[in-house]
Amino acid sequence: MSLLRDEDRIYTNLYGWDGADLKSAKKRGDWDKTASFIKKGRDWIIDEVKASGLRGRGGAGFPTGLKWSFMPKDSGKPHYLVINADESEPGTCKDRDILRNEPHKLIEGALLAGFAMGANAAYIYVRGEFFNEGSALWTAIHEAYDAGLLGKNAAKSGWDFDIVVHRGAGAYICGEETALIESIEGKKGQPRNKPPFPAMAGLYSCPTTVNNVETIASVPTILRRGGSWFAGLGRDEKNAGTKLFCISGHVNQPCNVEEIMGISMKELIEKHCGGVRGGWDNLLGVIPGGSSTPVLPKSVCDTVYMDFDSLKEAGSGLGTAGLIVMDKSTDIIYAIARLSYFYKHESCGQCTPCREGVGWLWRVMVRMVQGNATVDEIDMLWDVTKEIEGKTICALGDAAAWPIQGLIRHFRPEMEKRIMEYRKNAA
Amino acid sequence: MKKPFELHADYQPESFEFTKAYQKKIKDVIALYPPGRQQSAVMPLLDLAQRQVGEEGAKATPVYGGWIPRAAMDHIAEILDMPAVKVYEVATFYSMYNLAPVGKHLVQICTTTPCWLNGSDGVVKTCKDKLGIQMNETTEDGQFTIMEVECLGACVNAPMVQINDDYYEDLTPETMAELIDILGQDMKPTVGSQKGRACSMAASGPTVMLEGAKKAKVV
Repeated sequence: MSLLRDEDRIYTNLYGWDGADLKSAKKRGDWDKTASFIKKGRDWIIDEVKASGLRGRGGAGFPTGLKWSFMPKDSGKPHYLVINADESEPGTCKDRDILRNEPHKLIEGALLAGFAMGANAAYIYVRGEFFNEGSALWTAIHEAYDAGLLGKNAAKSGWDFDIVVHRGAGAYICGEETALIESIEGKKGQPRNKPPFPAMAGLYSCPTTVNNVETIASVPTILRRGGSWFAGLGRDEKNAGTKLFCISGHVNQPCNVEEIMGISMKELIEKHCGGVRGGWDNLLGVIPGGSSTPVLPKSVCDTVYMDFDSLKEAGSGLGTAGLIVMDKSTDIIYAIARLSYFYKHESCGQCTPCREGVGWLWRVMVRMVQGNATVDEIDMLWDVTKEIEGKTICALGDAAAWPIQGLIRHFRPEMEKRIMEYRKNAA
Repeated sequence: MKKPFELHADYQPESFEFTKAYQKKIKDVIALYPPGRQQSAVMPLLDLAQRQVGEEGAKATPVYGGWIPRAAMDHIAEILDMPAVKVYEVATFYSMYNLAPVGKHLVQICTTTPCWLNGSDGVVKTCKDKLGIQMNETTEDGQFTIMEVECLGACVNAPMVQINDDYYEDLTPETMAELIDILGQDMKPTVGSQKGRACSMAASGPTVMLEGAKKAKVV
């Protein structure tokens, strides 16, 4: 498989070389023929997105067109599009570049997606810490209103559409769609029980679809170039298109880059990041898709492809495609323990297994870092992760359990060695 | 962990009013949500209260940074016609609301795994040594508070800190020390990468869109 060609790139201003303003965005091809897509109707848009094979870019990878088709046709209530820009998964910083450098792709995508779901309003939930990015988005929204691209008869499409930016205030859990909806309603961001799903009763109890920034911002280009163009990129029809990757940690040149879905991990790191610090053989492991996806050891990284199904087969996941690369100097036990602290800090406190269990995981992981534990406790740690996983309202419990499971699965000898060393020193 | 919410602490003022300029902003914010859904504006209003206090604090002696007094929460509850305890619930749930006074420059240091891998320990040490304070403490002159925060979403530009509204990225202990010096002299440092790279592009130069890079004079 070849690398992504420049002419197939969606995010040509990813690095902000060019302006984020409307005039520059139009020169890059944004807002071209927008009204003509709306005139083709809701079903055409949804079918084209289905044909593209686009899967949600926020981590779960659910087929976007299918998700949109769950919205009722005539509910008699207002419909809402909610865009999740609460980017907080450690290792992930791609939506930030869209907000600050390509906001018009997101705004145009919101109009098209909103129309396809019968929504006249979109709320974009931007994490509070992204103050400047949220302001850049507001600036672009005001430009779009002034140019008649939003508001009444948006972009002369015959469809009325408004966008509001709602800023978060520092809570990872608000990336969970129902917590995000609670937060927009002015409450604590605690996830709701499902059903009812947001498509039936979401924001203000009205039909709502929550999509990730990258998902929505990719839609205008998909419609302009055709679903078949997007479907033709990538490894297969289930892992299609282009994807923004964020590569952090022990690489020579950490960066964000748009690449083909299903590029090999090694090629991604060597081609775009100057390789692993100290060379590929100095690699210890990679967390491939944001902090919640289980770490993969070098032996898997040698051959794995960066797409939903390949990484699932490898016992991990594509998640948000935020790769955290660790070389052999890394204390892998601490690296994972620090993530346990993150999840403990971010647990909303609603479900007992997560509120109590994730803190317990962290406290045991602190001892594992020191080696002040017994080998049996590694098994107990595994068992407790299994008591949290799948037993909470939202996936934060799973997200806290998986990194530790990945550690035990691939680095158990390292944990045992730490325990033996601690005992030797204590004796 | 930041300081807890203490309803009856000495520093809590008796009352709180929004200024004329902020009252106008409040009106605009409430209008963004459907009629009857004004509770949605509670987060933006808490943020506005914090900003107003911060603006006052910047002119005070000694200086202080933005925080939300209990009186402001009570006032917001009245404005939005909701029980005060619901406002307290929101204010205590989200980490960005400061519920006790902080320094004029709130230095939030990310130490989550991607930043830790690239040297956030050195950034933390520089802040502590240079300012002579520990986490969640404020310098005596009211200029700086330092605190540890969870992932701020700038991982390919690690390590990084957020100071008030701005991100400072690609830090070293040396550039962190310079930031503190510049802010201490009431000047504004360059926001973003301290290595001077464009956003999330590879620091050695782009690997894609090379023609565009030439046109934009990036390489």
